[in-house]
Amino acid sequence: MVELSHDSRPIIGRGPPLGATFLALALASVALMVADKRYNQLEQVREWLSAATYPVQVAVDLPFRAWDWLTGSFADRSRLRQENLELTARLRLANLQLQRFAALEDENRRLRDMRVNSAGVADRVLVASIMNVDLDPFRHRVLLDKGAREGVFKGQAVLDAEGIFGQVAQVHAETAEVILLTDAEHAIPVQSNRSGLRTIAVGTGDSGRLSLPFVTGESDLRTGDLLISTGIGGVFPRGYPVAEVTRVDRTAAATFALVDARPTSQLDRNREVLLVWFAPPAEPTEPPAASEATTTAPGAMDAPREPQE
Amino acid sequence: MRPTNFTRRLLYWLSVALGLVLAVVPLPEWLSPVRPDLALLAVIYWILTSPRIAGLGYAWLAGLFLDVLRGMTLGQHALGFVLVAFLAHRAQLRMRMFPILHQAGAVMLLLAAYHFVIFWTDGLTGHGYTGWNRWLPVLSGALLWPLIVAAGDTLTRRSR
Repeated sequence: MVELSHDSRPIIGRGPPLGATFLALALASVALMVADKRYNQLEQVREWLSAATYPVQVAVDLPFRAWDWLTGSFADRSRLRQENLELTARLRLANLQLQRFAALEDENRRLRDMRVNSAGVADRVLVASIMNVDLDPFRHRVLLDKGAREGVFKGQAVLDAEGIFGQVAQVHAETAEVILLTDAEHAIPVQSNRSGLRTIAVGTGDSGRLSLPFVTGESDLRTGDLLISTGIGGVFPRGYPVAEVTRVDRTAAATFALVDARPTSQLDRNREVLLVWFAPPAEPTEPPAASEATTTAPGAMDAPREPQE
Repeated sequence: MRPTNFTRRLLYWLSVALGLVLAVVPLPEWLSPVRPDLALLAVIYWILTSPRIAGLGYAWLAGLFLDVLRGMTLGQHALGFVLVAFLAHRAQLRMRMFPILHQAGAVMLLLAAYHFVIFWTDGLTGHGYTGWNRWLPVLSGALLWPLIVAAGDTLTRRSR
């Protein structure tokens, strides 16, 4: 009786048996997963490995960028003129609004200064563009072309022209991975612009829908309410639009209402986003004499769940 | 003997690397969930045709690289890759004899095992996405298998 071995590598110098190799490598993978997920020990390893993946990402992104550049540089004159006209019109409109807002902002800042709370206003931005690299199709992540070298840090807020976009989940030397508002693992503290109600908007994994799971049946929230960021938690600057409430379902039996909202920013369409630096929310260290000292700290009523990565 | 082995080894590395690059090339949104796991198919192909060259170590490294490339928990794809490579090694004497459609069926089982590992580790690390369309690559990979074999055979015949 001759038994055929499954292992058809050369008999001499074949190294350890297949099963042993498999077991060792499988254990190594499990150890990696535990170290990465449970103990966050692998930032440095990921950093080294991402130095190897960066050329791949650039190579994948390059043809798309080249195409954009080509179509941009060979665009015909009439189209450019048309675009220019449109942009000028929009700029004029925006300037008009800015003039009004400048006065309002000054006034607001003065009022806030009185309350020692001028923190949370964006003071430096960096434009980054989204690389044409597909990450996992079932998670809402994108890759930006700016990284630690430009000072991007983990947990940094990412905005676009229409509102809050997401936050930086991982930083590499030249790139940064952003987790979008709609990722199922993301949560952001928000506030209704109309009623001032504070709650938390959680991603659903469905692009174009956020869920507000902690709104009680009798709280003051309506369809069409604009939700803005509160600045609680220190990740996002305060006062930027996040989403618009699209559905409020109250049933008498349930304690919590079913509330859905649609993000204001163009999560699936934008190519350019803004990375934001802002003064971290300062602890009211020395309350000035003018303000009453007994005011409760903002956010004392609902403990903010730290937007988790 | 030596140069053939070397070119084959090179082809193995290059084809898996190409599969990894194609794993992150942007596709239209409706097509993105269907994207077949070309790197893994390349690994299976080389294990079936030249098992003396295609070992487990490189498959594991390829999986690890894919983890970094896609920003997943390190080790998820690595575990899937090494499991599939091991099963393919164990079954390669039989699978080589199968007619092509039969072989595609076996490959489908391997891909299902791979996606089960990813699904399972996803669940453990808290990214559970349970939609049916996460299993689509199993089907598209199996459908693509005859093409992979045809392309690979043409390539190796020329290099011989």
